[in-house]
Amino acid sequence: MIEKPRIRVKTFKIDGIDVTGRADQTVLDVAIENGIDIPRLCYMEGLKSIGACRLCLVEIEGQRGLISACTARISEGMSVLTKTDRLLKYRRQILELLFSERNHQCAVCVSNGHCELQNMAISVGLTHVDIAYLNPKLNIDASHRRFLNDPNRCILCNRCVRVCDEIEGAHTWDLLGRGVDTRVVTDLDEHWGISESCTGCGKCVHVCPTGALSEKGVSVAEMAKRRNFLPYLKSNRGIS
Amino acid sequence: MKTKLATLWLDGCSGCHMSFLDMDERLIELAQRIEVVSSPYVDFKYPDYFPDGIDVAIVEGSVSSEEDLHKIKLLRAKTKFLISLGDCAITGNVSGMRNLIEIPDMMDFVYNETADVNKGVMPTKVVPPLLKKVIPINQAVHVDLFIPGCPPPADAIYYALSELLNGNTPDMSKVTRFGK
Ligand code: SF4
Ligand code: SF4
Ligand code: SF4
Ligand code: FES
Repeated sequence: MIEKPRIRVKTFKIDGIDVTGRADQTVLDVAIENGIDIPRLCYMEGLKSIGACRLCLVEIEGQRGLISACTARISEGMSVLTKTDRLLKYRRQILELLFSERNHQCAVCVSNGHCELQNMAISVGLTHVDIAYLNPKLNIDASHRRFLNDPNRCILCNRCVRVCDEIEGAHTWDLLGRGVDTRVVTDLDEHWGISESCTGCGKCVHVCPTGALSEKGVSVAEMAKRRNFLPYLKSNRGIS
Repeated sequence: MKTKLATLWLDGCSGCHMSFLDMDERLIELAQRIEVVSSPYVDFKYPDYFPDGIDVAIVEGSVSSEEDLHKIKLLRAKTKFLISLGDCAITGNVSGMRNLIEIPDMMDFVYNETADVNKGVMPTKVVPPLLKKVIPINQAVHVDLFIPGCPPPADAIYYALSELLNGNTPDMSKVTRFGK
């Protein structure tokens, strides 16, 4: 007989609403289950949360610092706030930084209309960026037979790195450099097309929230991503 | 009294101005309440480029040349409420893509490498001196409202203008976005 694991349940508040969750859930998990929308970009169901984009920052009453909801474990009696003026201001600033750090010309981008960065801008009401654009010079890697890596659109969410490592098991992607100069690279910063570890599965392309990773042959606004495989693979691996 | 409207075309493709015209029959309705005092649509000449006392100005395109910078500053000084219309005005967008290339390289590409006539002859008049970097309008002057889109849909422009005429503050993210 298989012994059932004991599930510990915790009760707390999000924006004044009483919610309950399993002890191993994060604030974001419970918020999503309860239909409370917290803006997010690096989080992806089926991948480990790493708190990279900081968009999901929330306040915990009684704590000074802000924490990322996608990595914060829930605790009994805590009171989480997701829509304070301070948070709204920071979320805007985070998005402004993401837009200003690379080169985003939505009108000519493969992901126009299907882009999570665009959607987040809409959801926080961002219609312009106050921060000066950096306009970095970044080269597109078109060496792969089927895929394209355009770092001009990358927001360093790390999803490609995680899916390739955690799901495909190839670990082709990694991060190189620090801060604003960080880039995602394939193998040892070699061209994707000559990568010996890449299996060509395309998972990275489809989890990428922006137009940074795309399939070759698609034109402006045609790169709609397919992600149904993630929760499916996750359940196959027996991970909750 | 009618609201005095000016429109200005800086470094853009004129698509935003086309989209304004796409308001079609609603233009007739707007014309009851708006007087166009300066615009590529009309043929007015003023000694100081723009007339005084503009209520609303709509600007398409980014600030790319010294001439653009001069005009936008003039316009701002004479305008109560200034609108950035379209992604080039707001982000630099396609016009701003030249920021990834040095100016001499770009000039060489346009007037030499890809030129069919007068190959290699650099312009000495008409083409204004370029700014080192293309900038969005809000990096040059204060902007009161942003209407993103490439071009912004006519519906979004109509919504913005009619809300403003009725004394309301339009919420543009409800009707348009970057790249729309
Ligand atoms: S990645 Fe998204 S935000 Fe960036 S240019 Fe493409 S559509 Fe626009
Ligand atoms: S295609 Fe698959 S194996 Fe190759 S880099 Fe992307 S996720 Fe990794
Ligand atoms: S390439 Fe895409 S998935 Fe990878 S870090 Fe950049 S935005 Fe994220
Ligand atoms: S979604 Fe939580 S930090 Fe990115």
